[in-house]
Amino acid sequence: MLIKSIFGGKSEMTEAGSKKCPVVLMTRIRLARNLADTPFPGWAKETRRREVLETCLPSVASLGQMKRGISAEIGTLSDLERQILVERHLISRELSNNSDAAGVVISKDQSISVMINEEDHLRIQVIKSGYRFKSAWNAVDAIDSALEEQLDFAFSQKIGYLTACPTNVGTGMRASTMMHLPALVISNQMEKVVRAVNQLGIAVRGLFGEGSDASGSIFQISNQTTLGESEEEIVKRLSSVLRTIIDQEMNAREKILEKDPRKLYDKIGRAYGILQNSHLLTSSECMNLASLVRFGVDLEMFPEKTRNIVDRMFIECQPGHVQYHAGENIESNARDAFRAEYMRKQFENVARPLFNIHESSDKDDTPQSDPEQEAE
Amino acid sequence: MAKPLKCDVCSEPATVHLTQIINNQIHKIDLCEACAEQKGITDPSGYSLADLLVKPDSSKSADAASISCPECGCTQREFKKTGRLGCATCYETFEALVGPALLNMHKGDSHKGKVPHRALERAHYIDRLDSLENGLKEAISSERYEDAAKMRDEIIELKKAMEAAAVED
Repeated sequence: MLIKSIFGGKSEMTEAGSKKCPVVLMTRIRLARNLADTPFPGWAKETRRREVLETCLPSVASLGQMKRGISAEIGTLSDLERQILVERHLISRELSNNSDAAGVVISKDQSISVMINEEDHLRIQVIKSGYRFKSAWNAVDAIDSALEEQLDFAFSQKIGYLTACPTNVGTGMRASTMMHLPALVISNQMEKVVRAVNQLGIAVRGLFGEGSDASGSIFQISNQTTLGESEEEIVKRLSSVLRTIIDQEMNAREKILEKDPRKLYDKIGRAYGILQNSHLLTSSECMNLASLVRFGVDLEMFPEKTRNIVDRMFIECQPGHVQYHAGENIESNARDAFRAEYMRKQFENVARPLFNIHESSDKDDTPQSDPEQEAE
Repeated sequence: MAKPLKCDVCSEPATVHLTQIINNQIHKIDLCEACAEQKGITDPSGYSLADLLVKPDSSKSADAASISCPECGCTQREFKKTGRLGCATCYETFEALVGPALLNMHKGDSHKGKVPHRALERAHYIDRLDSLENGLKEAISSERYEDAAKMRDEIIELKKAMEAAAVED
């Protein structure tokens, strides 16, 4: 039931490729909130956690934004359902492993999800496709304010919203973008970028947060500090770093095209060939191939509509999704075969890439100075 | 040739060099292997700034470690082990430990940004009530009965207002 409605509806993650700023796949803002006078979930006994769940779940589900959404207690979900929610970034791995009085409420369009009894009592998250901090902040702020009408949040005038981990205290806000940085990866510059960005109090992680790898050249870039700056200041600082990374990526793309376009065309052409013809594909290989095709879309080698196919692939090539589409419990080898078959179908009607496009035109792919303005 | 660096803790030759930029200030720490291990900086992949900042200081007595939160019972040892606090009151209970750590972790030590209007209103009521109750005790003990009566009336009004706000919610 839950999975059906998740797959049936259009989602921000899978249906809305962002052309205006191709480098940024999506923007996410989450707020950590806790109820006053109640132990944090990691310390609370089960009875207290259940009280929190029973208080928060109906409060969140009653919000206008959550109308016709999904509410679920994590313990009632199957392993596959949990895995699919993780793969769609709707719940964290931590919550998926926690069946003890934990829950989630997801909006109909899957752009909002509120986790209950994760590390904090509430983790309110908004996902928007593309580079859209303003719209993500407006949405998350509105939900937070509406919840504040019903729930007393733990707050100190001196140090702000009180959270289980002191690294989140203050605004409780983690703002992040998923960035697609294939040229920085191909030209071996990612390590340098990560080092420079870390020094500015900004964290760089793989697609699934801490400890995950960077398959598909996708990186999650977020603020590390939450106290001493307002939400607006945090986003401003993060945005200026992101703009620099976008510039670096665009420069790296230009350099690759200038220096050795054949090498790049070979990679993109092979990726297309494999996706159209392979019979065994691991999820990691699939991510990397999809990444090259997305790069090709940015370079106008493929029609723009291919971007949506690729963005959906990033989600749907993951094990839980493949398992669901296969309709039965299949093991790793069979999953690889099913994944390849699924991708062959997806790529059946995608036109062959154009390789001569950059030889005649002197195209400038650099985004305008404020991509968010455009995207809003 | 540059002189070999010495450990900032024990002056043995340093082999671990840690550089962090916090609030535009460069902080450098040089440690020998033994001290680095003692400080928990042995595995860079599992290394967390939060953990380092709240590592136990061996020079402090065991008393500090036995402090526990009156609200939830979380102990300082537990906090150091997990990096997580038990409840909102822990921030006051372990202030001596958490306060300096916050300053190192973040851009500042005071909150800027969104404020939950209701929580503030509640805090304002509680502060005012505390100050009136203290004032009342003082007025009675110094036999200023007229002041005491005024304060008593204000306390009654304030409690009524707090109840009304709670009912509205």
